Amino acid sequence: MTIQDAGRPGARRRTSAYAAPGMRERLQTWLPKLVLSPSFVAILIFVYGFILFTGYLSLTPSRLLPTLEFEGFDNYVTLWGLPNWWTAITNLAIFGSLYIVICTVIGLGLAILLDQKIRGEGVLRPIFLYPMALSFIVTGTAWKWFLDPGIGIEHVVQTWGWESFEFGWIKDRDMAIYTVVIAAVWQSSGFVMAMFLAGLRGIDNEIIKAAQIDGASNFRLYRKIILPQLRPAFLSAFVVLAHLAIKSYDLVVALTGGGPGRATELPATFMYSYTFSRNQMGVGAASAVIMLIMIASVIVPYIYAEVRGGRDGR
Amino acid sequence: MAASSPDSAIRLSLGVRALIYVVLIFFAVYYLLPLAIMLVNSLKPLDEITSGNMIALPQEWTIEPWLAAWSTAQIGVQPTGLAPYFINSIVMVVPAVIISTVLGALNGYVLTKWKFPGHSIVFGMMLLACFIPFQIVLIPMARILGMIGLAGTVPGLVLVHVVYGLGFTTLFFRNYYNAFPTELVKAAQIDGAGFFRIFFKILLPSSGPIIVVTVIWQFTNVWNDFLFGASFADADSQPMTVALNNLVSSSTGERPYNVHFAGAVLAALPTLIVYVVSGRYFVRGLMAGAVKG
Repeated sequence: MTIQDAGRPGARRRTSAYAAPGMRERLQTWLPKLVLSPSFVAILIFVYGFILFTGYLSLTPSRLLPTLEFEGFDNYVTLWGLPNWWTAITNLAIFGSLYIVICTVIGLGLAILLDQKIRGEGVLRPIFLYPMALSFIVTGTAWKWFLDPGIGIEHVVQTWGWESFEFGWIKDRDMAIYTVVIAAVWQSSGFVMAMFLAGLRGIDNEIIKAAQIDGASNFRLYRKIILPQLRPAFLSAFVVLAHLAIKSYDLVVALTGGGPGRATELPATFMYSYTFSRNQMGVGAASAVIMLIMIASVIVPYIYAEVRGGRDGR
Repeated sequence: MAASSPDSAIRLSLGVRALIYVVLIFFAVYYLLPLAIMLVNSLKPLDEITSGNMIALPQEWTIEPWLAAWSTAQIGVQPTGLAPYFINSIVMVVPAVIISTVLGALNGYVLTKWKFPGHSIVFGMMLLACFIPFQIVLIPMARILGMIGLAGTVPGLVLVHVVYGLGFTTLFFRNYYNAFPTELVKAAQIDGAGFFRIFFKILLPSSGPIIVVTVIWQFTNVWNDFLFGASFADADSQPMTVALNNLVSSSTGERPYNVHFAGAVLAALPTLIVYVVSGRYFVRGLMAGAVKG
């Protein structure tokens, strides 16, 4: 039942004031929609309209400036023929999978350890989580210099006396993408910990106690009973991390600038440089569309399930 | 997230317990060390970094790097320091946060207490907007900002952040008001209270926690944004993150690492302070962004 229906009796009582009720009633029906409409129109234009516009641009031969001349799927053919795009996609696969797996392992591990009635949990939890409050640019800048062989970890270990120690991944074309993983895991793993901890705290202790009476070991307890109940937390963590990985832009810009060479190119940096510095707007738009498809394939099923689940739950 | 752990049923031996503390403290050091190193090295003369050891405490403490980062460091072509960009960020963040929070509150109110046919479609569309990769809107946004004369200005950035923040602010308030008893709203309506009166007298007074969550979320996101700042700002309207990146990547000759570290801490300070003061709400925002309700 809607609120408007419930409002009618109240309005009817006021029929003594002659001209007012029609106006007032109509205003009360329209006002909510009127209040919502600027936001809705903004989203409609700036999100969905823009998606359509970029989608169309990807089918035009736009270069420095957008043109509306239809060309077909040429840009997509060009895109998938570009070594740089393949580098970006390969890097995203390496970065994305390592980032998701390592963050999940560290996050879940820390959450399980913190859940053992730890003294000082109130101090530890915020320490694990604070990097999430920082800008990726700050994280990137900091790790850029920690990983720099000239002044960072390599230099420090050498001054400690291990002169042959080498850690120059950030300057190494083959290893640089792993430095992005290192910095990104530092930033996000605490957040994953918080998600799993919330999941662990939601598990009914009675089930655990019952299993203990049956003589289950702690290891079996976690494997057979607790971890399966964390399914929603695993799912949320996966969705959040996958979507962060696909969007990753700032961290790479600050940490490696996409280099050395183009060794740490990701789809987001690819899109930016092809659109704004290489004047290949059509190809840039096509890469943006691919990014949207990747994110949508992760997010849409999740939101669909959430919205439906929420409706049933409430 | 409950602050006091519910009485966990897992039993552990003393040795295992000690091991757990060792691992947890190791990770605490792992998370804290980068911030500590940034701070320590921002208070050192440059030669102590280049010829010395990053992990060592300064032999000679100095606030020179901070002063340089704030007012004299080379940002792009101008030796202005980060100060003007810090101010740009504040001038951008404050209106963007206020406007998107107010709109989010009203949207959430309409979507829960004044439902209309199709309200869940409207909400679904706003929800999806939270997650789009912004690369998909960069090209048309640049065109529109140019057409309405806001390209390269702080108000242009405010507009962008309001629009792309709406999804999350609406989501937060919508979920919060969904749990608010509708009977109270109905009762007020029978008493003749109108749309805005009900909002201001009944819902708003109990919206404190969700307002804090939303403001913190928006503040952190807008302050930390880089992509929009790099795409739509010009040299005079750049936010702090873009200026910091310019500072770090533009210096020629001997790199003033200590100034870079001071700049990085400066850029991190506002969000860090918010986190330290109200971490609980910050976490709640993160979780609400991830898990609905």
